[in-house]
This record gives sequence, structure tokens and C-alpha cells, in this order.
Amino acid sequence: MNEDQLTAAVSSENGQEFLTFTLGTEHYALDILKVKEIRGYDAVTKIANAPAFIKGVINLRGDIVPIIDLRMKFDIGDVTYNEFTIVIVLQINSRYVGVVVDAVSDVITLGKEDVRPAPEFGVSFDSRYLLGLASVGESMVVVIDIERLISSDEIGLMDQVSESSLTEPH
Amino acid sequence: MSIDMRQFHDSFFEESAEHLDEMERILMQVDLESPSADDLDSIFRAAHSIKGGSGIFGFDALGVVTHVMENLLDKVRAREMALESDLVEILLRTGDTLRTILGAYRGGESIPWTEVNQATEALEKVLKSHDGAPVEEPDVGSTPPETVGYGFFPAKPQPTEDDGFGFFEPDTAAAPIDEGFGFFDELPSGASPVAPESGPGFGFFGEEGGAAAAGSDSIAHPTKGIPPKADREAPGNAGDGEAESAVGHQKSVSPPVPKTSGGPSKTSAEKSLGREKRSSHESTSIRVDTLKVDQLINLVGELVITQSMLLDICKDVEGHNGERLERVLGELVRNTRELQESVMSVRMLPISFAFSRFPRVVRDLAGKLGKSIDLIVEGSETELDKGLIEKLVDPLTHLVRNSVDHGIETREARKAAGKPEKGNVVLRALQQGGNVVIEVADDGGGLDREKIIDKAIQRGLPLPDNPSDRDVWQLIMAPGFSTATVVTEVSGRGVGMDVVKRNIEALGGRLDILSAKGQGTTFSIHLPLTLAIVDGLCVLAGDQTFIIPLVNIIESMAPDAGSIKTLAGQDKLLSVRNHYWPVVALGAVMQVEKGTLDAEHSIMVLVEAGRRRFALQVDELVGQQQVVIKSLEQHYRRVSGVAGATILGDGGVALILDIEALAEHAISSETMEASTV
Repeated sequence: MNEDQLTAAVSSENGQEFLTFTLGTEHYALDILKVKEIRGYDAVTKIANAPAFIKGVINLRGDIVPIIDLRMKFDIGDVTYNEFTIVIVLQINSRYVGVVVDAVSDVITLGKEDVRPAPEFGVSFDSRYLLGLASVGESMVVVIDIERLISSDEIGLMDQVSESSLTEPH
Repeated sequence: MSIDMRQFHDSFFEESAEHLDEMERILMQVDLESPSADDLDSIFRAAHSIKGGSGIFGFDALGVVTHVMENLLDKVRAREMALESDLVEILLRTGDTLRTILGAYRGGESIPWTEVNQATEALEKVLKSHDGAPVEEPDVGSTPPETVGYGFFPAKPQPTEDDGFGFFEPDTAAAPIDEGFGFFDELPSGASPVAPESGPGFGFFGEEGGAAAAGSDSIAHPTKGIPPKADREAPGNAGDGEAESAVGHQKSVSPPVPKTSGGPSKTSAEKSLGREKRSSHESTSIRVDTLKVDQLINLVGELVITQSMLLDICKDVEGHNGERLERVLGELVRNTRELQESVMSVRMLPISFAFSRFPRVVRDLAGKLGKSIDLIVEGSETELDKGLIEKLVDPLTHLVRNSVDHGIETREARKAAGKPEKGNVVLRALQQGGNVVIEVADDGGGLDREKIIDKAIQRGLPLPDNPSDRDVWQLIMAPGFSTATVVTEVSGRGVGMDVVKRNIEALGGRLDILSAKGQGTTFSIHLPLTLAIVDGLCVLAGDQTFIIPLVNIIESMAPDAGSIKTLAGQDKLLSVRNHYWPVVALGAVMQVEKGTLDAEHSIMVLVEAGRRRFALQVDELVGQQQVVIKSLEQHYRRVSGVAGATILGDGGVALILDIEALAEHAISSETMEASTV
């Protein structure tokens, strides 16, 4: 966790707005400016040879958008799909991606001083993808660097090194 | 204001580039013996337009070169100067220089003045040498009887009081001309004597017809000397030896028009037709940003999707209203389809856009290698998506260069093999169903099977026990199959072939090779007509819908009991009319969650990709439909075995199968096992 990231994410004086959501019993927050829309979980079209947490793709008004289940990826909570299951559609750079979460809770404003560095262990996420921890009322909220997480190799949503080396001529 | 000027600059650069392309195209195909007035005019106009524009924008370097070029071309146009192959060469090189200068202005780089001066000097030298000595008029002098009007010129070979234009004195005296641009007025006078009886319009045809005969040195042909109208028809009947010899006299690079056994008469007739079509096309076209066109195509794609959703809903509406809705929707479907086709056609360009550069490529390369090669272009009017054409240029250039460099043997080798010294490279495009096939064929030595196999063994490439020719030819497309001494002594054909193959596959196409020793090699590229829409068959596997591109499908069937054999307990084979087809279970390969039917109760779709055939086992056939291809890569990434996705009538997503990639699965049983876990 480094200071610059935190400064960048929590920039303005009045703080920045975050969307909080739950995975199992844990509370998380992500930068609301990355959120395109929130919708219910719908049938997905499965993609072969993809990791289990990539549920498949959906049609989002003509765009073919992949859906990933963060609960499965980080092994938090029960993975069930019902009419209350929520998909947060994010826009990361020019790409859309849907993220399945248990519930969306609130929009909160966090100032720089509200976010404290996260411990190296004790949360399900690798600390690389965390901006820090914040206290909201009684509960602790884990603030995620969603952009870094989604574009990571670990999620494997994007063709990166492997593809570009393939298409390059000698 | 400065922005405005920049805009003008851009269109000037673009237009100038087009002028240069046009000039090059004409120079490559022009009949040196008797160039048509149209062609000469067009070349002149190209130089003139560039000069005019460069004057306005103050592009001095362009102006200097084009000015001299214009003067020179003007004399050619006025038929004072013969368009000889040396001159063509100089003009082509000047064209290259102009391109460099244009590029420099465009990129804001420093002007290559040395090149500018060289080009100017070269042109001036030609001009001077012409002015100094009275030049013979070979195209005129050698064919006096064929066109009565031309008889004037050699009849009055009075060189010149003032400027060496004396030949034209009689004509120019008749036509009032102003000082500097008198040449413009000379044009009609130059053309009209060709067809005194049938009017200037037919003069060109007469001239074209004459072109066929002009190549032969003999002037005793009975059809000559009669009025142009008859002359125009005559070459059509003249399928005799003389017409044949005329071909022999043509330049080493043929004009890029379909060359048929009908002989030169047909060629020139088509040439004139082509020109007419082109000029009418130019006058009615507009320039549109491709982004706008793409946007339009996307929107229409959306419309098609919405429409199929409507159709789905329509099925649930009952009674009178349902019928009305159905009728109206039917109309909508028709209109949308037409709209879609029209919009798609906007993106379609004739493949001549890609082919046009090859006469030059072949000419230069053949000249460098000391070979004599005819490039024959066929089907250049075949239309293809603009994006595809642009991406085709590189692989095609590679293939053509390959054919010229390694395919066609040296003159001596050809002679020794009992072939004509002049080799042929054929560039051919044709439409085949939903595919466009582009072939690069040569009549050279063909690939050397043994050498390729030896080389493959050396390199440790996997090779079947009894490799078919096809297997062997595929080897040259293996990455790094660098081929010094493989095919020819100089170098091999494999250089970069893997890149060519990959580029073509990236376009959704495939590359096939046919070769016969001593007879030549044909590379054929099979491409989809467009990247945006595919005709497909909807099939079900488990709970998922997949689209199989129709081009891949041979037939589909419900297998008879007992026609499915098991191999090694795992792989299945389907026996159809005494052929065994490997079976690929779609549900298993695509890891569909819900269980699929067993092989005996499912449907087998026999598919073919790249001459590899297999049976795709699916649960159910849903129907045939045209689907809009959506990119998976835009928000996700490439998935093996999947060419893209589309949106179904119910709003769900279906994957479009990439049969070629599935075939890769089918041949390797390890992958089969891995994917059926």
C-alpha cells in the first residue's frame, strides 16, 4: 500500500464518494466514479476454459460484457444466485465488466484521513488491490483499488502480454 | 483560420496522393505503342492538379517538380513526344519522389531538396533532349494506314521554326490558342483525326482497337486503312497470328484487366469500358470518414437485434392484433435487411484498391531480378470490406513478391524446362458463396517436396508418416521455417510465410497452397465477405445456444444406430457413407454445464475448415439466421474456439464458433481428453 495511490484516490478536500457493498459478512467500498450501473443478476452465457469465477458474458445493450463473481474469486460468503443477487457494472478504462456481489449498501464519502493503511494480512484481498481500511459507524470497510484489481493478471480478463506477443510479426 | 488551412492541406495531400496513384496506375497499363488520349490526359491532369494545389499552398518543392513534369507530359499528350519505356520509368520515379515530398510536407519534416533537384533535372534532361533533336513519332509513323488522320504528321515533318512543335503547325494554326496553355486546345485536334467520320467519341475506341494491331510491325493487315468504325470491330475477328504477335510486343507487365484467351481485342474493349465506368463513378462519389460509416453499421446492427426481439414478442401476441403486427413486422424485416445491405455495401470497395499497386511491384522486382514476368490481374472488381482490403495489402505483397522472386524461375531455367521465357503471375479475386477467394498463382517451378521434408526433419518439425502434399506445403508456414536452400538456391519461400498466414487468420480467413513441381504454385486466401455479419446455424448444446458459420457446414444428420464407432474407448468416429469423421462433442468442448445428450441421440453437424473435416455433436438444430458479430475482445478477451458473440432474439448472448480452432482440438486427442473432463 503506498501513499501516492491513497492520495490519488482520496484526492479532493471533501473526500470522495465510494459505493459500499457486501461480500458475505464483510463490507467493501469502491470508487463510485468507476460504476456504470447496478443491475440484477441475469442468465449468463458461459465461456469455456475460463476460471470458475468468470461466470460468462451478458448482453448489455449490445455490448458483450463479462461477469465475474468476486465471492468465488476471493472465497467469501456463499455463492448463491437469486433475485436479490446484484451485479455492479464497472467501466474500467474503456472496458465494461460486471461484478457479482451479495448486496449493495450505501454511498459514503471518505476523506483522506478516514482511510487508514490496511494490514498486510487479515483480509481476503491481496494488499496490492487495497487502498486501505475505513470505519463507518460500527463496521470496518475495506476500500478496494478496483481498477487495479480488475485489470490484474490474476483476474485475467484482458489479453495482455500473451496476446500482443502473438500478433507481433517477427 | 489556421485550422481551416490545415483542413485544406489534408484534403490536398489526400487528393494529391490519389492523383499520384492514378498516374502510376495509368503509366503501368498504358500501351506504349499508341497510348490513348484519355490516359495521357489523365496523367497530365494529375500533374497539373498537384502543381495547382502546391502553388496555392506554397509547397514549392512540389511545384518545381510538377511544373517540369507538366511541361513534359504536355508534350507527350500533344503527341510531340513518344511515351517510351524510359520515360515511363522516369515518370514513375518522379511519382515516388513526389510521394516523398508530399509525405515530408504532411509530416512537417524538412524537404528532401536533393531528391527534388534530382527529379527536376532528370525531367529537364528529357525535355532538353527532345527539344534539341526532332523526335520521331513511332506510334504515329509505324501505323499510318490504320488511322487516316495520323497521316498528317509524318507527311509534314517540318522541324520547327521556334519551339520544335512544328509537327502541329497545321493543326494549331487552325485552332486558336492562347499562349501558355495552347496544348489544351491541341488535344481535340490530336484526337479528332483518328475518327473523322464517326466523331470524336468513337475516336478513342478506334485507337484502342488499333492498339492491338499497332504492336505488330507488319502493316499489311487487311483491316487496316479502313475507317475507324470498322477498325474497332476488326481486332475482334483477328484471332490470327498477327494479333498474337501483338501481344508479344506489349510491355512485360500486362494491364490490370482480365486477360482472356479471346486475345487483345477483348482486353482493350474491357479497358475502355472500365474507364467509362470509372469516370462516371468519380463524378458522383463523396468522401466520408470511415468512422461515420462504422457508426452507421453499428446502429443498423443494433436495429437488427431489436427487430428480432420484436419478432420474439410478436409470437406471443394473439388474435387480430397479432396478425397485423406480424404483417407490419414482416415489412420491417425486409426493410431492415435492405438497409443493412446498403449500409454494408458502403464499406465495400473493389479489390482493385489492393491490386492496383502490384503491376508496379512486379515490374520493379522483375526488372531487378532480370526476369520477364507478366502480371495478369483478374476479378479486380470483386468487392470486399474496406478494412479487409487494407489489411490484405501486406500479406498479398508478400505473396506476390514471393512468386516473382522464388516462384518464377530465371529465363534460362525456364527455357531449359521447355517453358516460355516469360513467366506469368496471376492475381485473381472471385466470390465463392459467402467467401472471397484471392489467389496468387505463378507458373514457376513449384515447391520442392523433398527439400521441404528434409528441412522439416532437420528442424524437428512434427510430420506424419505419409505426409500428403497439403501437409508438406503447410510446413513452409511454420514459424521460422527459414528457407535458404529449401526451395531455390538463392533463398526459400518460407520467409515470413508464418506471418502471412497469421495475418490472414486474424482476418478470419485461411491460406491454402497448391503446388505441382514444374508447373507452379498457387496460394489461395479465403476470406469472409465482411467482418460484421455472418450467416449461421443456431444449435443447442445443453442449455446454451451456439452459432455455426454456414460456410463451414457441409450437412447435418441424425446418426443411425451403430454408425458411431468408438476408438480407443474415448474418441468417437461417425461413419457416413463409408467415411469416418472424428466426432467433437460441442457441449464437452465448450464446457456446457447442463448435461448434453449422448452421441446416438444427438444431431451431427458435419463441418469443414481448412480442408479438415469433423462432425460436431449438438443436441438440437434451432434454425438458420444472419447474425451480427459482436466482439468478445472489446470487454473480455479472445476465447479459443470462439470467433465472436452475437445477441439472440431474447436478448441473450450466443457464441459464434470458430470451426478452424475447434478443428485444432479435434486433431489432438490430448486436448480432447482434457476438455472432456
